[in-house]
Amino acid sequence: MAVVGKSVIRSESGYRVSGAGLFADDMKFYGMLHAAIVRSPVARGMIENINLKGILLKDGVKGVFTYKDIPARNAIPVVLDDQPFLAEKYVNYIGEPIAVVVADDRRKARAAAKTAELKIKKLAHLIDPLVARNHPEIHLFGKDNIFKHLKIRRGDTDRAFAECDVIIENIYRTPYQEHAYIEPQAMIAIPFPDGSIELRGCMQCPFYVRQAVTMMTGLPESKVRVIQSATGGAFGGKEDVPSLLACQVALPALKLQKPVKLVYTRSEDIISMSKRHPAWIRYKSGVTKDGILQAVEIEYIIDGGAYSTLSAVVLFRGTAHAAGPYRCRNVKVDSYAVATNTVPCGAFRGFGSPQILFAAESQMDQLAEKLGLDPVEFRRRNILRVGDETITGHKLQNSVGLEQTLDKVIQVSGWTPRFQNDDNIGYGFSTVYYGVGLGAGGKHLARTGSRVIIHADGSVIFSVGTTEMGQGMTTVLSQIVADELGVPFEWVSMMPTDTSRVPDSGPTVASRSTTMSGNALRDACIKIRNTLNSEISEMLNCPVAEIGIDNGVVTVGAKTIPLLDVIKSCSSNRKPLSAEGWHVSPPTSFNDETGMGDAYVTYAWATNLVKAKVDRDTGEVKVLKIWSAHDVGKAINPTLVEGQIEGGVLQGLGFALMEDMTVDANGAIRNSEFSTYIIPTADDQPEIVPLIVEDPYPDGPHGAKGFGEQPLMGIAPAVANAVYNAVGVRIKDLPITPEKVWLALRKL
Amino acid sequence: MRIDFKLNGKDISINAPGNERLIDLLRERLNLVGTKEGCGKGECGACTILLDGEPVCSCLMLASQAIGREIITIEGLSDGDKLHPVQKAFTETGAVQCGFCSPGLIMSSVALLDKYPNPSRPEIRKALSGNLCRCTGYEKIFEAVEYTAKQKSDKKKQV
Repeated sequence: MAVVGKSVIRSESGYRVSGAGLFADDMKFYGMLHAAIVRSPVARGMIENINLKGILLKDGVKGVFTYKDIPARNAIPVVLDDQPFLAEKYVNYIGEPIAVVVADDRRKARAAAKTAELKIKKLAHLIDPLVARNHPEIHLFGKDNIFKHLKIRRGDTDRAFAECDVIIENIYRTPYQEHAYIEPQAMIAIPFPDGSIELRGCMQCPFYVRQAVTMMTGLPESKVRVIQSATGGAFGGKEDVPSLLACQVALPALKLQKPVKLVYTRSEDIISMSKRHPAWIRYKSGVTKDGILQAVEIEYIIDGGAYSTLSAVVLFRGTAHAAGPYRCRNVKVDSYAVATNTVPCGAFRGFGSPQILFAAESQMDQLAEKLGLDPVEFRRRNILRVGDETITGHKLQNSVGLEQTLDKVIQVSGWTPRFQNDDNIGYGFSTVYYGVGLGAGGKHLARTGSRVIIHADGSVIFSVGTTEMGQGMTTVLSQIVADELGVPFEWVSMMPTDTSRVPDSGPTVASRSTTMSGNALRDACIKIRNTLNSEISEMLNCPVAEIGIDNGVVTVGAKTIPLLDVIKSCSSNRKPLSAEGWHVSPPTSFNDETGMGDAYVTYAWATNLVKAKVDRDTGEVKVLKIWSAHDVGKAINPTLVEGQIEGGVLQGLGFALMEDMTVDANGAIRNSEFSTYIIPTADDQPEIVPLIVEDPYPDGPHGAKGFGEQPLMGIAPAVANAVYNAVGVRIKDLPITPEKVWLALRKL
Repeated sequence: MRIDFKLNGKDISINAPGNERLIDLLRERLNLVGTKEGCGKGECGACTILLDGEPVCSCLMLASQAIGREIITIEGLSDGDKLHPVQKAFTETGAVQCGFCSPGLIMSSVALLDKYPNPSRPEIRKALSGNLCRCTGYEKIFEAVEYTAKQKSDKKKQV
């Protein structure tokens, strides 16, 4: 094995530092026009009139398009297709798209869009999901404003609570979190004379974009080609919403037969693109004296915003992870995604789990304290190990590295139960887990394709349907291909992800690229390897079983020949060194009605330890150090794993301490720029110690399993637990701002 | 109006409307797209360039403010295919994830190292705190700056 497990330098970082034009906004096409969007200024209203005649007369304007111009269906396909691409009679959130203006210059398009004359009759709107749920008069979705209700029923919680020695119940709240990818959303549509159209832009899910454009235009899938351009951060924020941009450029591009580019301004991006769902959680837990978690009862409400988009699947992940990584025989969960007149929320690293894990892990520390146990000992008595069942009844057969992550954090940090409470410094733990891949929530999408070609000169090119967004997929998959084929890493490169190269491979979400595309590539490489083997067998007159290929060298017994000779021989003998690969995820058995069954194929596991100092005078929390250990199965590239841990942890710290997005009474987001929505800077970063645990997953490539989302997920509760440990105040409402801590200290 | 300035070592003379931002002149008319626009309000630092050696946000400057000054963009750092030591260090320490903030962070790092060849961690943090990165958690970016500094001082010792 030549490169898997090594920290080779990222294949694509060289040209990313050079200033080469890789991102959508860096590209120009001949005759290209620029789009801007007319948006709703009100949270809920009836559109009485849209007068766009004035816009058409503005300098440089080439066209204005509304829902009336849509050739086929006016809907964005995600789960329920309830979101129109352009508003028709009603608007349901501030920032909802109404019309697309196209001009020969970006500034002209944006200026013209601001002059749209909209006559909208305001209607009563709903902002708070707790008010919106079952609202008697205002109906935004169905009769109850509930997009989705999920439940888990396991054991008998009433009986179990009756037998518990300690029961605690609390309400927790978590706010919006904005992805704050540094590259704003951007998309280009290029029409071709044969009636086809090409979309290029930042995105996680080219096949979602293709589906949206085919649905809006009525074009067949063969006429819509989607190519991902370099994507400047995503974190879930470029999962479903690029479909909106794609339709916003595809419509004018087809009508005017000109390339059209659209780049959102930062504020436009923040007010109109998806976010992490704000959440409200009522969490009741009970333990017996022996320190065993006996029962949890949870009500989990997430604010879905105006349209359902991904809320149902976000809710699924949150529900499946509701009790944390513990054995618990009696579980009752009721979770709801609720409609409000706010921006639709969607995917964000962790996907519905960080909110509920904040509650779950805060509960664990409170239970431990009441039992007189230290937080590590209490966790040890309850964490999942091989042979245990998750709360959905999934019996874990292998690759459960949770206790190893706990041991590793303790070993490296030197933490002991006495290790606390000096000088307002405290320590807080969290143990979390992450169901890898789409699981039962998206099993119909759980397949991936690949294509691998070895050219006659030995260079290797591969295509997959998942995307690079900064996480390092290109490098990890190149390492897998290099080792599977036995070629040097430098020979291998990846084509930009393109819907015309592989069959629909589902989305790039749920930390699924390494396992799914990795396995699909192995499938293709094995086929090519068979061709190489039979050629070698003929060339050297040896049995296939004796052939070894590694790093470009063929070895048979004591004899070696360059692999390039074999490749050239295949070429001259007209044997194709090209193959398609395919991978289908193993089955899941989760039942929506009972909430029981295998929810995911496998899980990643993690332990976090936060060391924080609290200023009693100001309430400020300064996180000094974070140890974060993750069981990833196998680190294909340890430096990239560390990068995922360090980056995810800092996003988690932003969620814990400073990212505080709110909506005013009119439904407008108060923090629509980086001066009001504060994310961690270089000066806010504490020392982060990334730790890797490898408990192999047998169905993953080289034992690897996905984990990219997990580093964010357990940070907020670990910070809350550290704050409590430091000064004795328990904050149940994120973010943990100085004001909240200061007030809580005054109430002690 | 006529604008004369030095850009990446070459003299430039170009007409620019009075309200044209420097970033637009660079990206849209001079095709130097390595300088990125992340917010357009001087809040993210992705558009950082060097103005007479100082890191500034090109989205907050009018093109006309470049008159008589020397500007270096990310494209001006490398020598043909040969990357600048800071660019090279970014790739080697794993400081690049999505790469959108990288040009701005590299420009700020170059400006820092020109002034302080051996910056301390707190100095690096302060110098880079105007450049937002959402992917990396900054650790490997700090390591890239330190690695460049160390390589330079090792080279000096060898001489």
